Amino acid sequence: MFTRRRHDVLPGFRLTLGYTLFYLGLIVLLPLSAAFIKTSTLTWEQFWSAVTAPRVLASYRLTFGASLFAATANLIFGLLVAWVLVRYEFWGRSIIDALVDLPFALPTAVAGIALTTIYAPNGWLGAPLAALGIKVAFTPIGVFIALTFIGLPFVVRTVQPVLEDLDAEVEEAAASLGATRWQIFHRIILPLLTPSLLTGFAMAFARALGEYGSVVFISGNLPMKTEITPLLIITKLEQYDYAGATALAVVMLVVSFCLLFTINMLQWWSSRFQRSN
Amino acid sequence: MHAPSPLAHPAKSGSQRRATAEPPWVRRTLIGIALVFLGGFLFIPLAAVFTEALAKGFSAYFAAFSDRVTMASIELTLIAAAIAVPLNLVFGVTAAWAIAKFDFYGKNLLITLIDLPFSVSPVISGLIYVLLFGAQGWFGPWMMDHDLKIIFAIPGIVLATIFVTFPFVARELIPLMQAQGRTEEEAALTLGATGWQTFWRVTVPNIKWGLLYGVILCNARAMGEFGAVSVVSGHIRGRTNTMPLHIEILYNEYNFVAAFAVASLLTLLALVTLGLKTWVQFNAAAEDAPSH
Repeated sequence: MFTRRRHDVLPGFRLTLGYTLFYLGLIVLLPLSAAFIKTSTLTWEQFWSAVTAPRVLASYRLTFGASLFAATANLIFGLLVAWVLVRYEFWGRSIIDALVDLPFALPTAVAGIALTTIYAPNGWLGAPLAALGIKVAFTPIGVFIALTFIGLPFVVRTVQPVLEDLDAEVEEAAASLGATRWQIFHRIILPLLTPSLLTGFAMAFARALGEYGSVVFISGNLPMKTEITPLLIITKLEQYDYAGATALAVVMLVVSFCLLFTINMLQWWSSRFQRSN
Repeated sequence: MHAPSPLAHPAKSGSQRRATAEPPWVRRTLIGIALVFLGGFLFIPLAAVFTEALAKGFSAYFAAFSDRVTMASIELTLIAAAIAVPLNLVFGVTAAWAIAKFDFYGKNLLITLIDLPFSVSPVISGLIYVLLFGAQGWFGPWMMDHDLKIIFAIPGIVLATIFVTFPFVARELIPLMQAQGRTEEEAALTLGATGWQTFWRVTVPNIKWGLLYGVILCNARAMGEFGAVSVVSGHIRGRTNTMPLHIEILYNEYNFVAAFAVASLLTLLALVTLGLKTWVQFNAAAEDAPSH
């Protein structure tokens, strides 16, 4: 592995690859391996009871459930936003296009306190919703709102370039053969967008699973009710339950790595998809 | 009379794309839904930050920054970014050079490993350093003996910041430099330039926009990181609190004006980041256009 395939004229191969591997090992691989090695100090029974305690299971349900709902909301609205930004001209479009990345640029703690203030029972949006009998802040709905916010750019940014590159001729051909606009959309455009939609969905889902900063303010952090798994890891750490915290972290890491693998496969699929068109 | 077919008037401008465009009411409805969605999730939170920060007027807003502890948190945030960003910049350029300019086995694995920190939860990014350097960690006893402190001290904050911002520069440069290939560098070397001359005069001008783009994003994340830093910080007021951590403390103390005042600085940073990002994209596209 990491051996050169042919001789090059350019200098610096050994130096740059060596430094890359050294820095990667020092900053990323060594610390990450610590989590797995720490977990191996637990027996299988200890590990299993640590990662399947009722409070932990409740946190999985909330984390995975809210992330799934948030990623789905982002799938639908992300497609809509990408469509509107690519296909239509309207006032303020370029500013909105730039602002779509705000959830990437805005620190999560800032997003957290801003969303909590808005959706609190006396907030701008929380008050009217409370009048309708919907409580958002300090409930699972609040977690969903925060996760939707932080995952917002993913689907937009994966779908947008594909939509821009879409050949107008395909749509014109379908239209000339008598297809309605809706038929063209769901028979031709949607299948072409599917790989990028799935990629964006998986990215938003993966990001939501690990999210902490924007959620802890709005969720209220009630054990069994509104406690997400990353918060539970911190709680265990603060109680000096290092092994318990690490066992949970390993579960989350394994899920993240599986998702990363899925995303890589999806990206490979969508790049092949785009090339064959 | 039959309804006129769209093909009957092919040259009529304006209605030319009628067959492949939606009716105006659909168009307006879709734009409307998108704007309501983005308004609720982007514009209202942005407005809320500044409204809350200025809720008690400008004097209360500026008073928030006369606090010594607040200033210490700003200073620590700047220090952490000032260390993490250059280190990850050097790494990003080095990794991109190795990956884009040479062929070797395991390249795709290496690219995946470089991206790894993005798929790790911020909380876990902090936890792994506690496992290494914490009191109960691998190197904990050794460090205690040598009176070194990483966790609950500034080095831990810097390390966690480096971890979460690790891939930013590399992932911008790798695809860019791969697309550019190595012919220009090879030509420079053939004409007698040294390796360094080639790098500074050929490679750097070619990648400058991507480089800037990566640095801007890296810096925004470094200054705004919350979860990872929270785990390793220990929350010692005035000593180990970065701006995001200080915001949390102020907010939990119901000091909303001060919390949002500090938050407004980070929000301005985010807006400047987005502005610079758009500017860089525009410049990169403008430079790209004539050559293609």
